Amino acid sequence: MTSAGFVRRLAWRQAHAARRRLMLLTASVVAGVGALVAVNSFTRNLTVAVAEQAKDLLGADLSLGSRSPTDDIKPARRLLDSLRRVGGGAVHVASSASFAAMAYHPSSGGARLVQVRTVDPGWPYYGTMTTSPARIWSGLQAGGVIVDPSLLTAIGAKVGDTLGLGEGRFRILGTVINVPGDVGLQMAFGARVFISTTSLPGTKLLAFGSRAQYETFIQLPPTIDAQAVARANGGVLRAERISVHTIADDRDNLTRGLIRLGNYLGLVALAALLLGGLGVASAVHVFIRQQLDSIAVLRCLGATSGQIFAANLLQALAMGLLGSVLGALLGVGLQQLMPHVVHDFLPLNVRVLPSPHAILVGIGSGLWTATVFALLPLLGVRTAPPLATLRRATDPVRARWDRLRVAAVLVLIASVVGLATLQVGSLVHGVAFAVGSGSALFVLWLTSLALIRSARRWTPESWPYLLRQGLANLHRPANQTITVVLALGFGAFILTTLFTAQQNLLRTIRVEDVAARPNLVLFDIQTEQQPVIDSVLTAEHLQRAEYTAIVPMRIRELKGQALADLLAKDTVGHRRGERGGAGGPPSWTLRREFRSTYRGDKGPGERVTVGHWFGSGAHGSGKSASDPVEISVEADLAKDLGVGIGDPITWDVQGVPVYSRITSLREVNWARFEPNFFVVFAPGALDHAPQSWVTMVRAPDAMVRGRVQREVAEHAANVTAIDLGEIQHAIESVVDRIVMAIRFMALFSLITGTIVLIGAIATSRWQRIREGTLLRTLGATRGQVLTILCTEYAALGLAASIVASILAGGAGWALARWIFNVHFVLPLASMATLAVGLVALTTTVGLWNSLEVLNKPPLEVLRAE
Amino acid sequence: MLACESLHHEYLSGGKQLTVLKDITFQLEAGGFLAIIGPSGSGKTTLLGLLAGLDRPTAGRVVLDGVDLGPLDEDARARFRRQRVGFVFQSFQLIPTLTARENVQVPLELAGSNDAGPRADELLHRVGLSERSHHYPSQLSGGEQQRVAVARAFSTRPRILFADEPTGNLDAANGAIVIETMTALNVEYGTTLVLVTHEPDLAALARRTIRLADGAVVSDTGR
Ligand SMILES: Nc1ncnc2c1ncn2[C@@H]1O[C@H](COP(=O)(O)OP(=O)(O)OP(=O)(O)O)[C@@H](O)[C@H]1O
Ligand SMILES: [Mg+2]
Repeated sequence: MTSAGFVRRLAWRQAHAARRRLMLLTASVVAGVGALVAVNSFTRNLTVAVAEQAKDLLGADLSLGSRSPTDDIKPARRLLDSLRRVGGGAVHVASSASFAAMAYHPSSGGARLVQVRTVDPGWPYYGTMTTSPARIWSGLQAGGVIVDPSLLTAIGAKVGDTLGLGEGRFRILGTVINVPGDVGLQMAFGARVFISTTSLPGTKLLAFGSRAQYETFIQLPPTIDAQAVARANGGVLRAERISVHTIADDRDNLTRGLIRLGNYLGLVALAALLLGGLGVASAVHVFIRQQLDSIAVLRCLGATSGQIFAANLLQALAMGLLGSVLGALLGVGLQQLMPHVVHDFLPLNVRVLPSPHAILVGIGSGLWTATVFALLPLLGVRTAPPLATLRRATDPVRARWDRLRVAAVLVLIASVVGLATLQVGSLVHGVAFAVGSGSALFVLWLTSLALIRSARRWTPESWPYLLRQGLANLHRPANQTITVVLALGFGAFILTTLFTAQQNLLRTIRVEDVAARPNLVLFDIQTEQQPVIDSVLTAEHLQRAEYTAIVPMRIRELKGQALADLLAKDTVGHRRGERGGAGGPPSWTLRREFRSTYRGDKGPGERVTVGHWFGSGAHGSGKSASDPVEISVEADLAKDLGVGIGDPITWDVQGVPVYSRITSLREVNWARFEPNFFVVFAPGALDHAPQSWVTMVRAPDAMVRGRVQREVAEHAANVTAIDLGEIQHAIESVVDRIVMAIRFMALFSLITGTIVLIGAIATSRWQRIREGTLLRTLGATRGQVLTILCTEYAALGLAASIVASILAGGAGWALARWIFNVHFVLPLASMATLAVGLVALTTTVGLWNSLEVLNKPPLEVLRAE
Repeated sequence: MLACESLHHEYLSGGKQLTVLKDITFQLEAGGFLAIIGPSGSGKTTLLGLLAGLDRPTAGRVVLDGVDLGPLDEDARARFRRQRVGFVFQSFQLIPTLTARENVQVPLELAGSNDAGPRADELLHRVGLSERSHHYPSQLSGGEQQRVAVARAFSTRPRILFADEPTGNLDAANGAIVIETMTALNVEYGTTLVLVTHEPDLAALARRTIRLADGAVVSDTGR
């Protein structure tokens, strides 16, 4: 008999006899590998889709975006002229403006806020508009509109009807089905309505101060490299607040973002896999324990410890491989569901295909994890004494630290670092992940030691016996405290961290309770339109808030330095939020348009942090540097601009300079619906500046809001009435998707955690059942046996989840601080709920695991050897 | 003290019915000492289990210390055992994770006694194991473990003690010590003893002997 053959046969026979136990090993890795494969494979699908569709997403080779008509801006015009000169007839240019307006249906009286987009012939140059009926897109240029199907249902119109936009009347040609580059989510902010650029003037929409986004799409001949054009002109254009997009840039940005997201989600999957690794270790540990007798017999019969080790390793490998393959299958299945999760966020048509690379990496990670985690307990078989044939030791074979064990631990640590680095693509993050999970496990291990110690030392003699017996199980020989606390605690740690992160991310998005808040905002009201609005509101018996002025302006000088000089300092950063050179203010803050107001009173969501709110008396005219008007600046903006109390700022209000001096800084609660402002001017200086007004009302229901919107559209066409209820709805749908994605990942950890918990508890299953039966023979009722078990498992669950919560609090804080950059709040209530849930889960699994105690007749004790 | 009437017991194994006990009827007075003997597989352990209320007979009735076990549910029988019944098993059946002293304490603690500790010490002293009270079963020899089991069986001063081949796993010397302790306590507390055994010497100590063969009583001597 060859040694290899013997090892293989031995492996098979042992595995066959212990199928159930080994299935735990297999199950431990399934969910982790599944999540890993699903996430990584889908991320690949996304990047492929981005690569294929980048051209369609932009619809042109180059696009320029701005807040005022792009053609009116000098450098943009110069660029277009020079491109036309070089490219001749092969250069095509299409302009587009997007803005919000009320659309109404004269025959039914229905009205809705929509997003109007004006388009020039030829656009989109790449990708196709899918419409119903087909091929009506070019008909747009003859006058007419194409709308989102949702608009038709909302206002009760049908194709062929007339639609009113401002003062224009349009025939509805049909509906859009797919617009390249648009995401489903956009529709929540108003249905899309496309009209030709030439028909815009007839609507009389886009009055002064209306907010619109302008875009110019450019198609270039192959001889002109869009990327080179963007690089050569980007600086100049961006200085004029024009954004520049190219296919390659957009593709790279989107790909980079998706890969990063995929990597981090994959890291969560990896954490689930590591948790599974703990499950493997405990399953192997139990398996070896149960095999000790037969191992001892085999050794007595002359098998070498090497042969036995090899046979057991072979089993672990085979089961690990089986689990990984099953996991990969699961992952491929789950991948099919993922497009639904991202559907509303990404303007992509994703083809879901299993990625062989992701599958191989998944199986490899699973197999490797199973192997390295099995190694430590497996090393125990080498030292299993043949003496065990004669007397079974109650104490587990004491692990002695030899060179092989140290090596196994080092391999384990290196593997975790390696897998994490591979997943997230950065050694620093890989090490951080390993250190994080390692310290969590270490703390949990200390916790289990402390639990054992305190159960031994501090269980008061006066407590009822059943309680004492249950707690005593924590420290008795062959206890399961360390295994359960490690497995449960690590699972709880992952789960709680996920939820803490979720809560903190969502808190920044979610709007507070809306019961008594205004729910209809009217924007862009011209001064002479105020009486019209008032009569509409009075007719509906609605009480409006004070009109608030909005004065658009830009920074001209900051602390005596001209904007151009400040921007010149800004040597590298042109992207949003990036700091200028020499620690100057971010360039986007300098260049942005500020929509400021003037008023004597503080708003309800504001709090002065430094300085004083405008007192009574004169506040300055702002007409000269020697007579500046007082202003109040939002605290974070002041920090960004590097200004404080007393600093002068000169504003450009439609070409007129207004001189100001900061007299207070404010904190603003942006989550409130009331219009909030970065900069508030003292009354007086801006009274005659070009301005529009905003007001809001609370309407009892959507019907009334609809009627107001309709009336406003009819009598003051350029005024935008936004139904905040709908926006609330849109925000909630975003929140729901995020919650779903996080729950999805949490589910894997929960499944793995439960399997691992079952595995960990299985360590003592046989023992607890035997003890329980014996206790019943000696006269314990089932209730008493249950109480003892409950006490033990509840204590384990409680210790593990409390410590896990504390650890997760720390991890959540670190994530909020370094990864998400949000302010961290400990979600105590949900953490407590989660902890209680985990204690319940532990107790349930523990009891379910020893259910046999209750069903087995105590007679079995007489027969048990 | 103990009475059974036409006990029948069947096991269902592999879809086939296996009759293990047939029509067993006898009575035993309080303070008596009964030995049940018979060849292996004759149904001794099964009978003992039924008499002690560890299992329910397929048919027939067991009355223990004046209580009919039939109508009692699982927990009621457990409480009954706790108060009046003691056990000694062939394979000792100590709880491996409890020390000798803790093992002896268990039935007392279950019954809510508040002098479990001192009582356990006293009993361990009686069986000559005062020195070993903090050892775990795996640290004790077979004979010592069985003496702990005897101490545990008597801890609640039971009215009746059931023992299934208590010396089966012990050598002669250890077996003798165990039997001596048991009989001494039997006399001292007036406990009724029911003993299953293979050993003729041991059976000879009993005042009454029932012999089983193939699940039926073939002889009943010393009545
Ligand atoms: N759970 C069971 N299912 C089926 N058959 C059983 C079961 N338990 C016991 N038996 C059978 O019942 C018969 C009586 O068993 P029992 O253990 O009472 O014998 P015993 O007289 O105590 O034997 P020994 O002297 O070997 O201990 C045996 O044939 C046994 O195989
Ligand atoms: Mg027997």
